[in-house]
Amino acid sequence: MIDLWFVIIAFLWTGYFVLEGFDFGVGLLAPVVSRNPAEQRQSLQTIGPVWDGNEVWLITAVGAMFAAFPAWYAGVFSSFYLQVTLILVGLIVRGVGLEWRGKVRNPLWCDLGIMVGSGLPAFLWGAVFADLLFDSAPAALLGGAFTLAVCALHGAVFLALKTTGQVRRRARAAAMTASAAAIPLAVFALSNLGTFPALAAMAALAAATALIWRRREGWAFAATAAAIVLATLAVFMELRLRPLPGLTLAEAASGAYTLTMLSWIGLITLPFVLVYQGWTYWVFRKRVRVAPAN
Amino acid sequence: MDALDLARWQFGVTTVYHFLFVPLTIGLGIFVAGLQTAWHRTGKEHYLKLTKFFGKLFLINFAMGVVTGIVQEFQFGMNWSEYSTFVGDVFGAPLAMEALLAFFMESTFLGLWIFGWDKLPKKVHLACIWAAAIGSNLSAYFILAANAWMKHPVGYEVVDGKARMTDLWAVLTNSTALAQVPHVIGAAFIVAGGFVLAVCGYWMIRKNAPMWRSAARAALVMTAIAGAVVAGTGDMSGKLLYEQQPMKLAAAEGLEHSTAGAPFSLAPGIEIPYVLSFLATNDPTATVQGTEDLQRRFEQQFGPGDYRPDQTVVFWSFRVMIYFGMATVGLSVLGLWLTRRKRGFPRWLSRAFLLALPLPLAAIIAGWLLSEIGRQPWTVAGELLTASSVSPGVTLTEVAISLTIFTLLYGVLAVAEAVLLTRHVRQGVEEPAPVPAAERREPSLMY
Repeated sequence: MIDLWFVIIAFLWTGYFVLEGFDFGVGLLAPVVSRNPAEQRQSLQTIGPVWDGNEVWLITAVGAMFAAFPAWYAGVFSSFYLQVTLILVGLIVRGVGLEWRGKVRNPLWCDLGIMVGSGLPAFLWGAVFADLLFDSAPAALLGGAFTLAVCALHGAVFLALKTTGQVRRRARAAAMTASAAAIPLAVFALSNLGTFPALAAMAALAAATALIWRRREGWAFAATAAAIVLATLAVFMELRLRPLPGLTLAEAASGAYTLTMLSWIGLITLPFVLVYQGWTYWVFRKRVRVAPAN
Repeated sequence: MDALDLARWQFGVTTVYHFLFVPLTIGLGIFVAGLQTAWHRTGKEHYLKLTKFFGKLFLINFAMGVVTGIVQEFQFGMNWSEYSTFVGDVFGAPLAMEALLAFFMESTFLGLWIFGWDKLPKKVHLACIWAAAIGSNLSAYFILAANAWMKHPVGYEVVDGKARMTDLWAVLTNSTALAQVPHVIGAAFIVAGGFVLAVCGYWMIRKNAPMWRSAARAALVMTAIAGAVVAGTGDMSGKLLYEQQPMKLAAAEGLEHSTAGAPFSLAPGIEIPYVLSFLATNDPTATVQGTEDLQRRFEQQFGPGDYRPDQTVVFWSFRVMIYFGMATVGLSVLGLWLTRRKRGFPRWLSRAFLLALPLPLAAIIAGWLLSEIGRQPWTVAGELLTASSVSPGVTLTEVAISLTIFTLLYGVLAVAEAVLLTRHVRQGVEEPAPVPAAERREPSLMY
């Protein structure tokens, strides 16, 4: 039961990084790939309908940690106090930026909030998890730089996949630049782990670069998503043995009754969530075009 | 001043602030869904205009509710790690259920609603706003069940210094939660109704447009019904306090010594005899325990310490909640009476509606102060003290930094939100054309 809940939590974090990973990348790169307000709007509209639902993966992952491994939840978030504070600041300014930018006279502040609020958590989540694994500042910096670069790459590929025209062309170029940063960072960051998923993640990043070069945007997106899945898997394989210094999963876990109840609830509800979130992506499957300013 | 004090301040500031937006999300979501349903049923264009107008105000507010809510979920672990470790087995379950059953639904379907005007069949699009609004209300149920457990813990045992859940159903059907959920959700509908009344009042003073009158009438009905729910469940809560949280009840009246036929003070010194006993038990001569007597009992039970909450705050928040809440509901009942059988809205009434924005917001915040400051010195009544709940490893400096950052950021965002809402209220809507315009594509609300 403890292992099952660890797997579910790893799954929720993976879902979060895959989904919000491209939200972060789009938020970061929108000002880079857009040359005018209409293109900026076009870029951000690719994530407009889905970003909030994607963020709930984080809320669920953290809620599940709280319920299934209270001491782990409490230990992680009180140990990385300032980092988590800054992540929250990022998520706040990004959220209001995305929701408000269509309703303000001058969306410049919102765009700034979206960019900073996407970059900050994209960097800090990597830093927190690397610090959790290796307990060293250089490793944290490296981890942060790695997740920032991967989110940028993932977001650029997503933009290329979901837009038309100039934005699509610039997004492909941005993806090439981002992968030039992401691959060397991956070599340093993931070779610390050295496990099979970590190595496979590097391969997936390389494949994504080749695919975006050959304009296979759908496959490239699958490859960046696979890289994030594999990297998260590699991290959680380590965390399983040592979720926090001086703490084991068994010590941190809730009782068998709670875990059983949670399992039923999760097994019944998660399929519904996957179906209706999947349906959202189906509804908004078309590429976003530049719309004339309204 | 130590880390505990600042952590409490941070929790107070961020939670009260979060709850300025939550009631509007809960109530206004359903109101907007109702407007869109009215448009579907009648095909009248002014309902569509009202849907989009209030929908936009709803979304501006919704954003703030979401982002300030994220802070809440992390804050337990960051500042209250001892609390989280102690309660997680029980308290975490409703939180996880809230995310799985409510937040996913709320956020996903709201995204579909915002961007789906042109992309979804009309009926599916209507179903999306209902799903989102129901999600918000469901989330309220789960978080209130978690909160009720802190005040009246049930369905658990303590093993090795940690609470272990033994009965999830008992946690979800806690008597305290069953009274509190409709009370808080009803109050949220009063806040939302008051908000709509204030907006309609603002416009009815300026012009005599039928669409504002129809929105105001709907809001009057919503507020009055919610008022009845809140009054009924408030009465239930009072009786539960008598049984479960006698210290809070005593502090709310400032009753120091156990008294038979205890009075209720309208204000300090103005007492109506027997009312508190009657409210607490339905028996005007029943004995209500006083704070000093309870203090002695708790000292014997739990050891030395001060088990009395801050009397001034609890006393006054109780009254602000009742007076301001009842004033709003009274205004709505008066409004219904004055406008019966399609009578017009008197101008002074439209002006009075402007008060329906601040009054219920003050009431609902006061209600939370009563509930949570009245719970002190416990985080989990009888089990865990607030002083023992704080994170041992987090320093004063760290809490000071996060408290400063959140307070400043929230302050800036409050100003921005107020400006945005005011501007969009002032923009109003175009009056529907006398001849319905040809079917045209509505631009998406957001971009």
